[in-house]
Amino acid sequence: MEQAKKMNMKEKYNAMTGDLAWDFSYKTEAEIFPLSDFEGIKIEDWSKWQDPFRLTMDAYWKYQGEKERKLYAVIDAFGQNNAHLGVTDARYINALKIFLTAVTPLEYGAHRGFAMTGRAFPGVGAQVASQMQSIDELRHAQTQLHTISQYNKYFDGLHDPFHMFDRVWYLSVPKSYFEDALSAGPFEFITAISFSFEYVLTNLLFMPFMSGAAYNGDMATVNFGFSAQSDESRHMTLGLEVIKFMLEQHPDNLPIIQRWIDKYFWRGYRLLGIVGMMMDYMLPKRVMSWKEGWEMYFEQNGKMLFDDLARYGITMPKFWEQSVEEKEHLTHQLWLTFYSYGHAAAFHTWIPDDSELDWLSEKYPNTFDKYYRPRLVYLREQEKLGKRFYNPSLPQLCQTCQIPMVYTDPKNPTKRVYRETIYNGDRFHFCSDACKEIFEHEPEKMSQAWLPPHQIFQGNCGGATIPDVLKHYHFTENDGGEFLHSRDNANWNLWKGLTPDEEAA
Amino acid sequence: MAVKAAYENYSGPNRDAVENFHGNQLVYLGWDEHMMFPCAGVFPLPPQMPFGAIIKEVVPSAFSLHPDFASIDWGKVEWLLDGKSFNPTLDKSLEDNGVNHKSLIRMITPGLNGINNSGF
Ligand SMILES: [Fe+2]
Ligand SMILES: [Fe+2]
Ligand SMILES: [Zn+2]
Repeated sequence: MEQAKKMNMKEKYNAMTGDLAWDFSYKTEAEIFPLSDFEGIKIEDWSKWQDPFRLTMDAYWKYQGEKERKLYAVIDAFGQNNAHLGVTDARYINALKIFLTAVTPLEYGAHRGFAMTGRAFPGVGAQVASQMQSIDELRHAQTQLHTISQYNKYFDGLHDPFHMFDRVWYLSVPKSYFEDALSAGPFEFITAISFSFEYVLTNLLFMPFMSGAAYNGDMATVNFGFSAQSDESRHMTLGLEVIKFMLEQHPDNLPIIQRWIDKYFWRGYRLLGIVGMMMDYMLPKRVMSWKEGWEMYFEQNGKMLFDDLARYGITMPKFWEQSVEEKEHLTHQLWLTFYSYGHAAAFHTWIPDDSELDWLSEKYPNTFDKYYRPRLVYLREQEKLGKRFYNPSLPQLCQTCQIPMVYTDPKNPTKRVYRETIYNGDRFHFCSDACKEIFEHEPEKMSQAWLPPHQIFQGNCGGATIPDVLKHYHFTENDGGEFLHSRDNANWNLWKGLTPDEEAA
Repeated sequence: MAVKAAYENYSGPNRDAVENFHGNQLVYLGWDEHMMFPCAGVFPLPPQMPFGAIIKEVVPSAFSLHPDFASIDWGKVEWLLDGKSFNPTLDKSLEDNGVNHKSLIRMITPGLNGINNSGF
C-alpha cells in the first residue's frame, strides 16, 4: 500500500476546514439552507469569507483539551484547600450568584445559537467558525458551572441556576435578550451576539467580573476567566469579521445591519446595567466604577470602532447618547430596585458601609450625594429600626427589555420615564424611546413577551402569593433578603471567627 | 414595520390579552416623586371594581409603608390616567372611569414629594 504523502500547512488547513463540507447533488442550495435569505441579507460569494485564525479542527481539539486539563486541576486544588475562605467577604459571593444565574445560561444559549448558524449558513468558512464557537460556548457553560459549584457547598443561592433562569422575574432580562436573537435568523443572531455583545460590549461583562474576582480573592473564577479568554478573543475577531463580510457583500445589507446594531446595542446596554450595579455595589474591593468603565470601553473604544466602520456607512448605534446621559444614575437606581425587591431575589442585598458610600461620592460627584446617598442612609436607618424596606407590589416591566420601569429622565432624576404604544387594541409600556422603537419595528414578535409579573397573575407560576412563586422558582428561605440577616453572613462570621462588630460590612 | 419571518403571515399569541387574567384586567399604579417605590406596581383588578376601592384597598397595599402616606389629603390628590390628567368618579367602575386593561394610573400628591422633599 502506498504511504499517504504528508500534507503541507496549506493543504492541511484546507483539508481540516473547508473540505469538511460536502457538495450536494440531488437537492438545491435553497432546499438545504432554507434560513439563508429571509432576513434580506445578500451574500454573493461565500468563498470571500476570511478565516482570521487559520485554526484547523484537529488543532482546535488539541488546544481546548489542554485548557480543560489545566482548569480542572485548579478546580480540584480549590476544593482541597478550602479556597472559598479566601474571598474578601461573603458579600462578594452575591456577584457570583448573579453571574451563575444570569450569564452562565447565556453561554449555553450561545452554544445553541452558533449550532443553529453553523447549520444555517451556506458557506463552509462560516460553518466551521460557528461550529468552533458553539463548542467553545458549551465549554464555557460547563466550566462556569463546575467552578462556581465549589461555592455552592458553602453559600446559598447557587443551587439551581437553569431552573431559575427559565422562571425568575429578573432573569427574564438576560433570557429575553438571548431568545430575541436565537429566535431571529442566523444573520441577526450572529450580529447580535458576535458583534454587538461580544465585540462591542463584552469587555464590560468579562472585565468587571474577572478583575473583580482577582481583586476579591476568587481564584476559581479567575481561572475560568483565563481559560475562556483565548476563546473570547477569537469570538471578538469573528464578530468584527462577520460585520465587515456582510457589508462588503452587498450594499443592500447596510440598513438591515445598522438596525440590528441599534437594537442589540440598546438591549445589551440595558442588560449590562446589572453588571454595573455589581461593579458599584457588590464587589467589596472595587475595580472601577460603572461610569469609568462605560467611558473607557464604550465612549472611547466603542467610538473608535464605529469611526473605523464609518467607511462602510455604519454609524454609532442609535440612542447611544442616552446611555451616556444615564451613566451617573443607572447603577444607583438599579441597586435600590433590587434592594427593595430583595425578598424576591436569589441573592442578598445591603446598604454599603460609610467608606463605600464615600467611594461612590468620589466616583459620582454630580449625583451621588445629591440624590442617592440620602436614600441609602434613610434605608439603613430604617433597617436598624427593624423596618427593612421591601416593596410589597409586583413591578411594572418594560415590554422590551423586561426590566422594571425604574429609569428616570437624566435631566429630571425624580421623574420616571413612561412610554407606551397601542398595538392591536392593547397597550404596551416601555422604559425608553429605544425600547419602544424596538417593539414598534417587530410588534408581532415583541407582543409575545413572557413578562413574569403578568404570568404570575395568569396563574402560571405556582400560585398567587409571593411564597408560592418563590417555591416555584426553587428559592429557599435562605436565598434572598437582607445580607446582614443572612445565613451566608452568619456562616462567614463563624468560619472566620468574627464577632458581629468586626464584620466587614 | 413588520417582523421578517421565515414564513408568511407570521403572528403569535398576545400573551397578555385580557382574556388570560381570569376576569381581571391589569392596572399599573405609580406614585410620582416617591422613588422609594422604584417603579409602578401591577395589579389584577376586576373592571367592575369602583374607583374608590383603588383608593381604599389597592393604594394602601402598595404605598402605605411610605411616611408620606399618612399625610395624604385625598381631596387634593391629582391623578393621571395613561398620561392625561383625570378626575375619577369614585363610585363608578374602573371601566366607566376609562381605566382599561394595562392602563397606567399615576398619583400626584401636591406638597408631599418624598422624604425631605427629595423625590424618594
Ligand atoms: Fe462564552
Ligand atoms: Fe463567546
Ligand atoms: Zn426597556
